[in-house]
Amino acid sequence: MTLAKRIIPCLDCENGRVVKGVQFVDIRDAGDPVEIAKRYCDQGADEITFLDITASHEGRQTTIDTVRDIAGQVFIPLTVGGGIRTLQDIRDMLNAGADKVAINTSAVKNPDFVREAADKFGSQCIVVAIDAKKVSGEEEPDKWEIFTHGGRNPTGLDAVEWAKKMVANGAGEILLTSMDRDGTKDGFDLALNRAISEAVSVPLIASGGVGNLQHLVDGITEGKADAVLAASIFHFGEYSIPEAKEYMAGKRIVVR
Amino acid sequence: MNRVAVIDYGMGNLHSVAKAVEHVGDNLQVSVTADEKALLNADRIIFPGVGAMRDCMGEIKRLGIDDMLRRLVEDRPVFGICVGMQALMQHSQENGGVDCIGLFEGNVKRFPENMAGEDGQRLKVPHMGWNEVKQSSAHPMWNNIEDNSRFYFVHSYYVTPVNHDDVVGESAYPETFTAALAKQNVFAVQFHPEKSQTVGLQLYKNFLEWDGVFR
Repeated sequence: MTLAKRIIPCLDCENGRVVKGVQFVDIRDAGDPVEIAKRYCDQGADEITFLDITASHEGRQTTIDTVRDIAGQVFIPLTVGGGIRTLQDIRDMLNAGADKVAINTSAVKNPDFVREAADKFGSQCIVVAIDAKKVSGEEEPDKWEIFTHGGRNPTGLDAVEWAKKMVANGAGEILLTSMDRDGTKDGFDLALNRAISEAVSVPLIASGGVGNLQHLVDGITEGKADAVLAASIFHFGEYSIPEAKEYMAGKRIVVR
Repeated sequence: MNRVAVIDYGMGNLHSVAKAVEHVGDNLQVSVTADEKALLNADRIIFPGVGAMRDCMGEIKRLGIDDMLRRLVEDRPVFGICVGMQALMQHSQENGGVDCIGLFEGNVKRFPENMAGEDGQRLKVPHMGWNEVKQSSAHPMWNNIEDNSRFYFVHSYYVTPVNHDDVVGESAYPETFTAALAKQNVFAVQFHPEKSQTVGLQLYKNFLEWDGVFR
């Protein structure tokens, strides 16, 4: 009996629609997050992550409704991230049926927010999302810095120290995205993942850069991640969740 | 009409439990409630829970749910989930030590720090994700669920029952721990059936059909 490594497809949504294209051949509406989430669940995804990039405040209600619709159809864990700023935002998402919320910028602005959230709702539902970029030169020891706003704004915070601090504040899981790799299809930043996974006691989700199935394997064996998150390789039908699991199982990784 | 009450003491995502039950049942009435009359009117009781034990037990005692549960388990099936299962034990180590309801003899302990798996990789706490559950005893609640099916867990504490006869399901992280307990009208699990897709929904379906009294 061994805990399985998790595969987590990620849906980026704006105003209730999936915005990074999804190209299942036999799906009615490729932009409907409920239909897509249900599809991934039926394929054997271990969790679903829903990232809301809706900018406007008015759009929040749409997001809450979408989360409620997904939660009514999908009986696997659902994480919701994007625009989580207040305890009320967290309560709204949990009441709508989310199991976890991912906190990113708001944690950087106010690290105590993570502590308050964990105290209020329990660490098990508080994921801290970290966007990190390598800032060390070729000859220097590895160093990564936290960036916000999609990698545009440096914060001066060291990524490994920040992850440790977030766990001390009550984060139950870390969702780590390499801003250098995101969208490149070159694979995870394995050194970054390993550095943080070995520094914290809670599970780590690797994100950013997956282009093929070997990248998923590397994230776990070399990046020491507990779960791997990917968007485009699944959305564009390059690989299905069962194919990913079969490949990983063939590399002696325990999957569901 | 099958009347199911999900006990609401303000802790956690009760709606996902109610939705999962509604998804698998016909001719159902599912209520999320702490009202004594509503609970006594229900045919079946679900006792979920997430969060910290001190807060949970504080609310359970304030609302008198501990006494109500002792009455309810006498004559109808009760399904404990996650912290709901832990709260049925006598005592939890969490938050510096909390006395619990005590329907099962035994305590609640934390996973140790710095555990390692067979391959030497560090095992993280919480134990989060899909792990196998071995059905160590036959029980009507296991109907149509394959032995060693994977269920979704998220917890840092686990129960240590005194009577091995109470254990009906086991998992391992890396040491064997109790994943399911049963005694008379009570069946309780550490994992989240409402998050365990097909096998989890089957467990709720079995609960709707189980009339209680195991042994």
